Amino acid sequence: MIIASNVSKKFGRLKVLDNISVACSKGECIALIGPNASGKTTLIKTILGMVVQDSGFITFNGNNILHHWQYREQIGYMPQTGRYPDNMTIGHVFNMMKDIRGTRAVLDEDLVNAFQLKALLNKRMRTLSGGTRQKVSASLAFLFDPSVLILDEPTAGLDPVASEILKEKIITEKKKGKLILITSHILSELDDLVTQVIYMQEGKLCFHKSIEELRTDTGEEKLNRAIAKIMSKV
Amino acid sequence: MTKIVKYVMADIIRNRIVLLYTAFLFIISFSMFSLEDNNSKALLSLLNIILIIVPLVSIIFSTIYVYNSSEFIELLVSQPLKRKTIWLSLFTGLAGSLSLAFLTGAGIPILIYQANAIGFMMIAMGLLLSIIFVAIAMLAVVKTRDKARGIGAAILLWLYFSLLFDGLVLFFLFQFADYPLEKPMIAVSALNPVDLGRILILMQMDVSAMMGYTGAVFKDFFGTYPGVIFSFGMMFLWTILPVWLSTRKFNHKDL
Repeated sequence: MIIASNVSKKFGRLKVLDNISVACSKGECIALIGPNASGKTTLIKTILGMVVQDSGFITFNGNNILHHWQYREQIGYMPQTGRYPDNMTIGHVFNMMKDIRGTRAVLDEDLVNAFQLKALLNKRMRTLSGGTRQKVSASLAFLFDPSVLILDEPTAGLDPVASEILKEKIITEKKKGKLILITSHILSELDDLVTQVIYMQEGKLCFHKSIEELRTDTGEEKLNRAIAKIMSKV
Repeated sequence: MTKIVKYVMADIIRNRIVLLYTAFLFIISFSMFSLEDNNSKALLSLLNIILIIVPLVSIIFSTIYVYNSSEFIELLVSQPLKRKTIWLSLFTGLAGSLSLAFLTGAGIPILIYQANAIGFMMIAMGLLLSIIFVAIAMLAVVKTRDKARGIGAAILLWLYFSLLFDGLVLFFLFQFADYPLEKPMIAVSALNPVDLGRILILMQMDVSAMMGYTGAVFKDFFGTYPGVIFSFGMMFLWTILPVWLSTRKFNHKDL
């Protein structure tokens, strides 16, 4: 579904992405793991077209994303920190997104209901806590029933109840055969979610393995232990 | 495009600074007209305040607003929208709401006390200056990544157009006082939208006689139909050029 070939990106002298090639297909739930500043967010941003790569190309369903901005209709993106214009209300933000995406028959309002955002529709974004903003971002990402979900640190800032709701939602979407990309530092959370792991370090792709492979390779059952073993080896 | 403009404008109009700006313009305009018994004199005082305040508020507010919206812009970019649409919507939203603020704050009092050619010219200049300085602010933002540097650049640009430019022109005039500079001055004044606005309003007011020979040359040019069209053309150019440049830059910017 998403194929990146030899993608490189430099910010000034710093090489953030170094010749990265990955292929992600439908029905997978991929964890993007790596230390801070390893290029995870940049990779996500190049897939979304926010950062333009210096060389290489990315295709979405066979179309080069540089020339087909419409592909983003099929992506739901949840940013690391969601900030919205101060004086918009939650209702405004939802309405605007609905306007942008066009009227659709099916709106997936599971998360909106689960997070009880309907009661807060008239609240200004400025008055919201970080956690509530994350809830808004999450609900927006899932709202249009996209076939690809890209979640950047989805549970950071969410309370345990909310992050459990979000995890349940991710699992149900995974079962529907969607492609899900998650970055997170809380590996224990990813255990029951992901099917594949992409490990990045200093802008390079170290490996892209399925979780079973990783388990047999390292002999560890838990993802955080397996990754710790690999990190100490590298 | 109108989809985003609508929401951006609704957001800005509720902004406290824009509300204060509107109220400030309103109070200043009304008090000017009430204090002076001669409406033309009041308009002249108002002119000087407007030529300082309108560019300042437009450029600083827009710069800060666009920087603060950086995460929101990222979110919009991740939606099925062209980058050009996002950037132009943001520009239209900012320019539209600041123009609206000027129209309510200064436009209403001017229309009440001076609903003639001078008043209309003044409102037109205020609106054009609002739009031009939003455009310049957006160019400054897209060129600099760092917020502090961007705001600094915006302040310097305002300082340049409002004060430094006139100082430089004056210096230039004194240095070359032996040469006939009246005609080149027309070309030089086109390099600054604030000056263009000032000249156009002064020409309507018939106070050019006080500016000596230069005033007469100016009157000959800016007082005529082609002159007015030329200056409006220049001001449109001052809007379109920064918008075009910033859009082009934004299209390839890493967010």
